[in-house]
Amino acid sequence: MNFSELFKISGLLGRFSPDGRCLASCMQYRLAVRDAGSLQVLQLYTCLDQIQYIEWSSDSLFILCAMYKRGIVQVWSLEQPDWHCKIDEGSAGLVASCWSPDGRHILNTTEFHLRITVWSLCTKSVSYIKYPKACQQGIAFTKDGRYMAVAERRDCKDFISIFVCSDWQLLRHFDTETQDLFGIEWAPNGCVLAAWDTCLEYKILLYSLDGRLLSAYRAYEWSLGIKSVAWSPSSQFLAIGSYDEKVRILNHVTWKKITEFEHPATVVNTKTIVYKEVEKSPSVETERLSFPPTRALASSLFSTQSKYDISEVPLSLHYVKPAADRANPKMGIGMLAFSLDNCFLATKNDNIPNAVWIWDIQKLKLFVVLEQLCAIQCFQWDPRQPRLAICTGNSNVYLWSPAGCVSVQVPVEGDFPIMSMSWHSSGDSMVLLSKDNFCVCYLEREEV
Amino acid sequence: MGDWKTITVPVLSSDSKNIFQYTSDKSISSPSMNSQVLRLSLPSSKSMHGFFSAFCTEENIEQSVSYLDRELTTLGFPSIYAESKGKELNLTSIINCMNELLVLQHKNLRAQEEVEMQHLKLGSDMDHLQNCYGKLKEQLELSKREIVGLQERDRQLQNKNRNLHQLLKNEKDEVQKLQNIISSRATQYNHDMKRKEREYNKLKERLHQLVMNKKDKKIAMEVLNYVGRADGKRGAWRTDKTEARNEEEMYKVLLSDYEQRQKQLLVENAELKKVLQQMKKEIISLLPPQKQKLKERSEDGPVLSDLEEDIGELNKENMWELSCETVREQLTNSIRKQWRMLKNHVEKLDNQVSRVHSGALNEKDVISREDHEIETEKLELEIQQCKEMIKTQQQLLQQQLMCPCDDDTTLLLQDCYLLEERERLQEEWRLFREQRKNFEKERRSFTEAAIRLGLERKAFEEDRGAWLKQQFLSISTDYKHSENVTTPSAFLGSSDQDNRLLKSTSQQRKPHCMLGGPFSAEPCQISQYIAHNSSSAALRKPPGDSKPNQWLESDKE
Repeated sequence: MNFSELFKISGLLGRFSPDGRCLASCMQYRLAVRDAGSLQVLQLYTCLDQIQYIEWSSDSLFILCAMYKRGIVQVWSLEQPDWHCKIDEGSAGLVASCWSPDGRHILNTTEFHLRITVWSLCTKSVSYIKYPKACQQGIAFTKDGRYMAVAERRDCKDFISIFVCSDWQLLRHFDTETQDLFGIEWAPNGCVLAAWDTCLEYKILLYSLDGRLLSAYRAYEWSLGIKSVAWSPSSQFLAIGSYDEKVRILNHVTWKKITEFEHPATVVNTKTIVYKEVEKSPSVETERLSFPPTRALASSLFSTQSKYDISEVPLSLHYVKPAADRANPKMGIGMLAFSLDNCFLATKNDNIPNAVWIWDIQKLKLFVVLEQLCAIQCFQWDPRQPRLAICTGNSNVYLWSPAGCVSVQVPVEGDFPIMSMSWHSSGDSMVLLSKDNFCVCYLEREEV
Repeated sequence: MGDWKTITVPVLSSDSKNIFQYTSDKSISSPSMNSQVLRLSLPSSKSMHGFFSAFCTEENIEQSVSYLDRELTTLGFPSIYAESKGKELNLTSIINCMNELLVLQHKNLRAQEEVEMQHLKLGSDMDHLQNCYGKLKEQLELSKREIVGLQERDRQLQNKNRNLHQLLKNEKDEVQKLQNIISSRATQYNHDMKRKEREYNKLKERLHQLVMNKKDKKIAMEVLNYVGRADGKRGAWRTDKTEARNEEEMYKVLLSDYEQRQKQLLVENAELKKVLQQMKKEIISLLPPQKQKLKERSEDGPVLSDLEEDIGELNKENMWELSCETVREQLTNSIRKQWRMLKNHVEKLDNQVSRVHSGALNEKDVISREDHEIETEKLELEIQQCKEMIKTQQQLLQQQLMCPCDDDTTLLLQDCYLLEERERLQEEWRLFREQRKNFEKERRSFTEAAIRLGLERKAFEEDRGAWLKQQFLSISTDYKHSENVTTPSAFLGSSDQDNRLLKSTSQQRKPHCMLGGPFSAEPCQISQYIAHNSSSAALRKPPGDSKPNQWLESDKE
């Protein structure tokens, strides 16, 4: 495993291009495009204001930079560095911005979610989508980029509109039986759309591409409901994480629950492997100490090595009970992710913030529990193989695969609290982001 | 309270005090309340004399005697006077009375002892019973107290139970109430939310209008030059055609997805069906070898045959239809049935194995091994013997071959051997021919004898029949005569003769069987014997009888 040096970044905005050749990072109002391998700066762009959001176009030719305060979106071209494009929303304001799947349209969501404006880079046409819903995931594109689903709300009722991305024609418009639609997501096969209600109601609705309601699933009443949703890459399963610390898996044939994954504080099943992160401070012989202490010695004295130990089951994990009188309590399944080969599901129970639970989907059983020393910030599956990368806010990066798991410390001086990360599309490297810096980690083929 | 039973004796006044002293005021208290003990104790020796002297003195002898007499008579004893109203005392009666009194005294003492014993026993019994009673009373008290305590506890527990039930009910009611409250609050919140949202929408609309109306020149896109489309095509107008096309494409996408899924399901289905069929075949192949054992169970026989029929049907059917409700059900049902049978069979085998393991398997092994060893030994012996024989024969052959001294001598020797053998053979032939002749002779004689025997038998049967008739007739005629007594003897004799005749005829048969025996002589003897007999019997018999005998004779000759 190789690590690059640290580079400056702001706003956790570091992204690999979809084709994997470049890495875009922004520092305040500057956008730097580097080569993915050598991290050499290829291009440097300057924007008008502090960049809040960047996104690569699907063909990796353009990057959009959104500045919400100013209500401006600037688009840069990699092929032609002189080319520029600026979209000014003016008084309408800007809340969100994203590319369309064809890489030639930009969808801007104005302030107060008044409308979504579709700006075209090819033509002079502008389209408007009225009454978009102000929710977490209001826009969803199918994987093949043909259709777009938009959540709308008119007259206190929720609707979903399906548009054809090629010509922005409205295909279907139907209402949903939700109280307050919270999110929508397409299945990877592009034929089923999942729409779920706010956490006050446990309800998830499944619609076919042509707008028919296929099924509705409701696990229980009154308690806080759905927190996170994830489709399996084959569209076979729909994993629903809820506030009652359980993940329910629905199957695509009957849309009924096939199993429930519980996340108790005590792991009882003896077949589960539990990896516990353990810190060890290296022993230093007192004879070697010298005054004044060299830098290396100082760092090694105070540095702690962490490694994984296999713990014996049954084991009880560190359980946190959230304050009952606060909204959006830190409980329930907050993170869900399927591995690319559809074999594993990684979950995080916010009540047990230090643990990552990995479930074997083939056997529908708990496979591994990774217990970390700090709270999990982010985890992401390798896009090529069943390998999970985890970051917990310290300068270690943790990798798990069925062969085992490893904890690697990023060899940097000073603090490097990794808050986020992103895999390269080839699975050979990943970018580790902290608030102020980022570094790229290169993985060798034989590793883990 | 037992006390002396005062015997008030009408005694002379002078001695009354003493007696009263003696007899009165001696109360013996006994522990029992109910018994009245009659105590008759013997007066002590000291007082005896006093007593006697007190009763009878020289002056009042007569009076005392008369008094005694009166007492004795009242008690049932005979008078002590010799005669009634006499003054002479009957000594014997006195002595008798004394004796009687002594006996009575003894009896009374014994009775007293018994009574005392019984008294003691009863006293101890009483004590025991009183103890028991006391203990039982205590126990009763204890148990009563316990009962009271338990009742109290029971009452308390019931109270507690009732309270808990009440609490539970209250809790349930509260829960229900809270749920109602929640639902009512939820509806209220929803209503309020809707109201606020409508207000918000109005604001948004207003804002939107303002924004749009302002015609802000700022809301624009500045671009250096328009970029070509990603796919290189030119943009198209939105028309109805495009709408239709979009719809079509959407449906195509959906259909292709469904088709793909259906294909996958079909493939899976076919695989599973194949697996089921294989399983079925394997299960069937496992079951038939045990059919002999299962023959006893009448259920399995028809079931198996049914299953086999089913299998045939299903195999055919599956080729035709890929999925059909009934076929599927049949398949699954048949597999379930067979699996159950297999399970039963395996369980039986397990039981057998466990029995065998615990049972006397070792003996069988031992026996079979012994047998095996014996047989192998026998076979080895046989082999050895055969080998030896072969060796000796080989040796002989070799000797014969190995000593060719002269060709002539060998030839001669060979000729000698041959001649010897030839002569032997010739002798044997001769013997054989003789025997054959003898056999033929005997055969001929046998056949002749058989024929003769047959004829004789016929004749005999006829004679017998006639003779019996004669006998019957003679019986009826002789019966009229008074000479019945003698006739039985004659009959007996004749019957004996008959028996003898029969025996002789049977004897005749035997000689026929013997080889070349002088059988001609015997019949003559027998015929003579018969003639003799017949002559003796002929006196009495009617002339008809003699005829058969004669005839018999003639026949035999």
